[in-house]
Amino acid sequence: MERFGYVGVLLFVLLGCLWLEVVLRTRVLARAKRLALSWVLPVTLFIAWDAYAIAAGHWWFDVDRILGWYLPGRIPVDELLFFLIIPLASILTLEAVRSVKGWRSGDEAPK
Amino acid sequence: MTYTQLAIASVVVVVIADLWLLRTRMVTRKVFWTSYAIVVFFQLVSNGMFTGFGIVKYDGDAIIGETSPLQGPPPFIGAGRIAFAPIEDLLFGFSLILLSIAGWIWLGRAGLQRTPTAGPPIWRAGPRGPRGPRGSRGPRGIDSSDRSGGADES
Repeated sequence: MERFGYVGVLLFVLLGCLWLEVVLRTRVLARAKRLALSWVLPVTLFIAWDAYAIAAGHWWFDVDRILGWYLPGRIPVDELLFFLIIPLASILTLEAVRSVKGWRSGDEAPK
Repeated sequence: MTYTQLAIASVVVVVIADLWLLRTRMVTRKVFWTSYAIVVFFQLVSNGMFTGFGIVKYDGDAIIGETSPLQGPPPFIGAGRIAFAPIEDLLFGFSLILLSIAGWIWLGRAGLQRTPTAGPPIWRAGPRGPRGPRGSRGPRGIDSSDRSGGADES
């Protein structure tokens, strides 16, 4: 069970935000293609940063509390999940605020 | 470069991207700062778990604070840390959140899945039907009548 420590925290994040899709009707998961393309930039840049930071020893992980699978560059798979889930949580939060407040965000259809 | 330097540089780069490359201008919008305020709270909680439980550890040569201890949690606050995490993580998080949101808005502005738009929350009205407004604002004033709640609506 210990090896699920990292992904356990990610599960907490998911539980904290996925309900917005239903209760606030954020329609983020409903726009799957847009979500998938939104991942490209943050995942690419932050995985590159992660690879550099791990190689330079800026940070490291408790090997007992990560899944134990790695991407090239000794990046734990847990980290890839992090860089998918945090953007999702951010976008869900943005759309949740819009759902309640209706504030302009810059992607409205031209009149 | 240290984590401190990279974290500062990342904020500069992402803000430049938001203002002048993607031209999403999220940092000028109320909707972004409100969303960020919510996300940063949960960042402190979840990142506090990563660092307080020692799942992720940091090298004192790369951050303002000290190297994460072998046993037990690092300082909760002070000594370059906030909620167990290096304060650099706030900059890292800001960059990740802003880049993610700006990218999402940029794609929408480019015409990719602008719809269905968000809302209304389930406590305001039923699902938006064919007669519903197309804007991002929920159909206010339409009485769902089968619900007495909505007291928190401003």
